[in-house]
Amino acid sequence: MGNSMTDQTLTSETQTPPKDQSDKKPGIIRVEGMHKWYGDFHVLKDLNLTVDQGERIVICGPSGSGKSTFIRCINRLEEHQQGKIIVDDVELTDDVRQIDTVRREVGMVFQHFNLFPHLTVLENCCLSPIWVRKTPRKEAEASAMEYLERVKIPDQANKFPGQLSGGQQQRVAIARALCMKPKIMLFDEPTSALDPEMIKEVLDVMIELAGSGMTMMCVTHEMGFAKTVADRVIFMDGGEIVEQAPPHEFFTNPQEARTQKFLQQILAH
Amino acid sequence: MTESTMKAPKKALRPVKWMRENLFSGWFNTALTLAVAYLLVTSVGPLLNWFFLDANFVGSDASDCTGAGACWLFISQRLNFFIYGFYPDELQWRVDTMFLLLAVAFVPQFVERFPGRKWLGLFGIFGLPVVGYFLIPGGTFGLEEVQSSKWGGLMLTLILAYIGIIASLPIGILLALGRRSDMPIIRGICVVFIEVWRAVPLITVLFMASVMLPLFLPEGVNFEKLARALIGITLWQSAYMAEVIRGGLQAIPRGQYEAADALGLGYWRKMGLVILPQALKMVIPGIVNTFISLFKDTTLVLIIGLFDILGTVQSTVTDPAWQNVAIEGYVFVAFCFWVFCFGISRYSQNLERKLDTGHKT
Repeated sequence: MGNSMTDQTLTSETQTPPKDQSDKKPGIIRVEGMHKWYGDFHVLKDLNLTVDQGERIVICGPSGSGKSTFIRCINRLEEHQQGKIIVDDVELTDDVRQIDTVRREVGMVFQHFNLFPHLTVLENCCLSPIWVRKTPRKEAEASAMEYLERVKIPDQANKFPGQLSGGQQQRVAIARALCMKPKIMLFDEPTSALDPEMIKEVLDVMIELAGSGMTMMCVTHEMGFAKTVADRVIFMDGGEIVEQAPPHEFFTNPQEARTQKFLQQILAH
Repeated sequence: MTESTMKAPKKALRPVKWMRENLFSGWFNTALTLAVAYLLVTSVGPLLNWFFLDANFVGSDASDCTGAGACWLFISQRLNFFIYGFYPDELQWRVDTMFLLLAVAFVPQFVERFPGRKWLGLFGIFGLPVVGYFLIPGGTFGLEEVQSSKWGGLMLTLILAYIGIIASLPIGILLALGRRSDMPIIRGICVVFIEVWRAVPLITVLFMASVMLPLFLPEGVNFEKLARALIGITLWQSAYMAEVIRGGLQAIPRGQYEAADALGLGYWRKMGLVILPQALKMVIPGIVNTFISLFKDTTLVLIIGLFDILGTVQSTVTDPAWQNVAIEGYVFVAFCFWVFCFGISRYSQNLERKLDTGHKT
């Protein structure tokens, strides 16, 4: 995305959510000395990160820096080969049951939405609560409608994903993830595939969600969003975490040369 | 959506204009049109005469076939044999019941708003084979036993095709999933199974099933010839089905698998609720193609001595009591096959339309 800093995202800054300071569980995500290879290619190098409950992390970096791969390791869509990832006290290993336990508590939103095209919006949202959480259908539907209202598209509940715009589809995808009542939400470039005029509607939903105290990890190029909601911005390059800092510090006073260069490039135009 | 007062221009249907544009748009097209028209005029007339106008419909035996056209008497007189084979006359109500149930289960599938349509369809798929299993051979519930060697005609064709179709789809799905599995042993077994069965002609499979299989079975164990043929046809067909379905599985974008994974659905729910419904929908044309070709391939059971509809007709056209009725016989067989295959094809198109949710991620 070229114009990652649109006017729309900047105006969102006025709606800064209240930062929740109550005592939350520390270290709900713990990544320790994690490495990953694709064949011989060393994609992720010695990553260490601890995320507390309720923290909002934005991960940015040039393309190919491994930020998407990193976030996908946290619910084991990608496998890591060395080091530890512990999510909500469950370590991600080859054990399928542990992986599914983690996945139930971690919602994920994808760049290309990945809604199920053969199911209606409501069915998309209810699928996992009904089949995995064994929620009765009525209850699951009522809860799904609440979330659809929260992302402001309850009127589209009985349409198929193919009938919605990109922005609407992405909001459904967020609602679908929330229906599992996850403790953590992962966002993998949620606005990168959207037309510019639809980015705001999705960001607004994410800002609202951040305000509710959800633990969030978000890979994004939306620097306005990072400034608004992030507790911490992480800059990755070449498969390493180069720098992490609160957004104000990160944008005004970056320490590393690579960070400065990256910020110059994306903020220059 | 904006309110618009402009309507799309209507396409006017004007026959003369249409003909000028499509049939007579140049000297070459005009010549083609005239040639085709000549062929139609000269061929349709005699065909009509043979099929209907000069044909013989009433009477009781060959001597009543006096007209120059087709002798349909042959069909109507021997119809019982063509449909039931050697199944005893007084027990044919059992087969008729099955025909009726088949119609009750599947004809409503063509009517969009038929009440309980789905349940009838499910009965057709799961209930019908069970009912047929007890009703047609008899031997239980006080029903007189009818050896499978006496079954024949259309009834046998339908049994072979129906069981082949219904059993091969689930086996094919499992084989397709197995071939794409991460587990090397399961994948290996499925690959070997598919490649072996798919590489063998059906005739060979039938020969093996009827001649060689008994040699390998332990003493005393013996299936009927029909059961062996059915097993052979089903396994052969599932190998084909597996590859068709695998094509569908491969066409589903990776994002769908990942989204299902991220929701914690687990393997079987992911496949059953997300991947297979989309994959199967996508390959309906391929599946139906395989069904139709199986339906016609069942005629090969002739070579192991089972009399399906083609077999019964073929054995009758040489009957000295009837002369020169081969064409009528084969036209009749062709028509029967066409009716069923066309029905399958229409239904699949119905299904495709109904399942289309207009989104091809």
